[in-house]
Amino acid sequence: MEAMGVLMTYPMSSYLEQQLQNRFTLFRLWNLPNKTHFFNHNAHNIQAVVGSTHIGADPELIDSLPALEIVSSFSVGLDKVDLAYCKEKGIRVTNTPDVLTDDVADTAIGLILATLRRICEDDRFVRSGLWKKDEFKLSVKFSGKKVGILGLGRIGTAIAKRAESFNCSISYHSRSEKPESKYKYYPSVIKLASNCDILVVACALTEQTRHIINREVIDALGPKGVLVNIGRGAHVDERELVSALVEGRLAGAGLDVFEHEPQVPEELFGLDNVVVLPHVASSTVETEMAMADLVVGNLEAHFLKKPLLTPVV
Amino acid sequence: MDPKPQDHQSPSSTPSELRQVLVLRPPPVFAVHEQDFSSKFHILKAYDSPLPTHDFLQAHAQSVKAVLCSGIGPITAEVIHNLPALELVVTASTGVNHIDMAECRRRGITVTNTGDVFSDDVADAAVGLLIDVMRRITSGDRFVRSGRWATSGEYTLGSKLACKRVGIVGLGNIGSRVATRLKAMGCLVSYTSRQEKHTTPFTFYPNILQLAFNSDALVICCALTNETRHIINNKVMMALGKKGIIVNIARGAIINEVELVKCLVEGEIGGAGLDVFENEPNVPKELFELDNVVLLPHRTAFTQESFYNAAQILIGNLEAFFTNKPLLTLVANEF
Repeated sequence: MEAMGVLMTYPMSSYLEQQLQNRFTLFRLWNLPNKTHFFNHNAHNIQAVVGSTHIGADPELIDSLPALEIVSSFSVGLDKVDLAYCKEKGIRVTNTPDVLTDDVADTAIGLILATLRRICEDDRFVRSGLWKKDEFKLSVKFSGKKVGILGLGRIGTAIAKRAESFNCSISYHSRSEKPESKYKYYPSVIKLASNCDILVVACALTEQTRHIINREVIDALGPKGVLVNIGRGAHVDERELVSALVEGRLAGAGLDVFEHEPQVPEELFGLDNVVVLPHVASSTVETEMAMADLVVGNLEAHFLKKPLLTPVV
Repeated sequence: MDPKPQDHQSPSSTPSELRQVLVLRPPPVFAVHEQDFSSKFHILKAYDSPLPTHDFLQAHAQSVKAVLCSGIGPITAEVIHNLPALELVVTASTGVNHIDMAECRRRGITVTNTGDVFSDDVADAAVGLLIDVMRRITSGDRFVRSGRWATSGEYTLGSKLACKRVGIVGLGNIGSRVATRLKAMGCLVSYTSRQEKHTTPFTFYPNILQLAFNSDALVICCALTNETRHIINNKVMMALGKKGIIVNIARGAIINEVELVKCLVEGEIGGAGLDVFENEPNVPKELFELDNVVLLPHRTAFTQESFYNAAQILIGNLEAFFTNKPLLTLVANEF
């Protein structure tokens, strides 16, 4: 299988890089002195692309790899892969579902607590050396609050289960109501936002969900509402979100993702009621390894003409 | 002197001047909701007087029957001696370490606390701290705010919570809430406490050392007593191991802080989430250099909701006392 050429689009994981290096002929799409030269010399030797949330496989990349057979994404979200184009060209696509569900759900809960309970803000306060015994600020309780989940898939369901242990009431909105679910369904995002204290974005990014969190939804969530995003930056109209936070029309936000990562709107750095993470919801030692093993497993299955482990196309 | 039965007075006709409540130092709950107290009771503020406490009590508090207190204004034997008419101590806290319970028992003075009104919030914060340390949330927020994400992009991976063994020290009101939340996240929960609790599904270890050997993280949820002072020491931390995490939302003195700092600085344990310290508000400066610790200023009970609920309980107990009704949250005096 060393003859199989795999193009990694981004340095997403050194463990994954090592695993790919050990098994295949690995090409790296970063730090290239001359991209055209690279493709001219190597494109015909590349059968697989390993993509990530940063750089996936768009039509331009697909067209530049005439021998491409499979795209194996180091992610569960596939917004950076042109699925329709892959299908048209007979290119297989796999992702990494399930192995990251727990970590992403934990990140959502961690962001809720860090934002509501002012954990990062208080840590900054203590480290500044300014703590005197008599001062205090009150934070906002999480237990018993109304949590609204946008997208009740694997991750949304895992978030709901965790929030229930905090005695939260759970409601959701998704493309269609899930009759087997015990949670309350709202037929629109606005209705969901109007009826919850904390809104968590946990759906896939598609043309329909781009900027689904817009001014109207933010207004519906209201000045005591908190937004948590562990989906994709593009789910949220970032300009509107920043204005709402700066103007106090939203109580706070916990954000793992942004529209133009790694750029984060600087206005957020001046706010204490915002927690910002560098897209790390699945970034644990254990899950990185599990995701990488799944990527490699899918590639090996493909090259050995066995059934793919987690095919999407 | 034995306490006399309360004179019967109908609530609507009791002037608030007769419903005297002494406050030595204002508890935070009282400070936030002072209006609600002042409208119902005559508050005697020792802290507003230029007189030293002893003199103030002698001059103004000889007929006081009720005192509202918290940890910042201890009700010592000396204070009690200066309050010959005292019948009730209302503390704006769950713990009663700051009250001389033996003296109260001797005098027949009743004590009420705030029940478990703070338990949810303290448990929530304990879970928040554990997630924060393991998943590097405050560290990540620092990383982004410093601009390093945009420039270097290098970031240290966190540690998954699901399937990790978490040992809870003290499975009371707070510890049991921490347990159910962590169980929902897929953690394997065990505990140690004075006695095994046969109604819980969690694994019991008879002592802290065995708990530490069998845990990836410890969450301290017990009361501070002579037995638990410095119960988390170097030996326990070595048993926990280099990847072990400690979360403390209980009392600073349960951990030997000097040894904790040494273990953290030398990498003998993996990290810590601390809301409490041995000598608040002083925090060992060495901790400020560390990326694997999260430091809070003893505020896990401080939410708008818990303060409101606590104020209702304090007022409710005082109302009950002054109208001769059963108290809401009587503390059993074991002396």
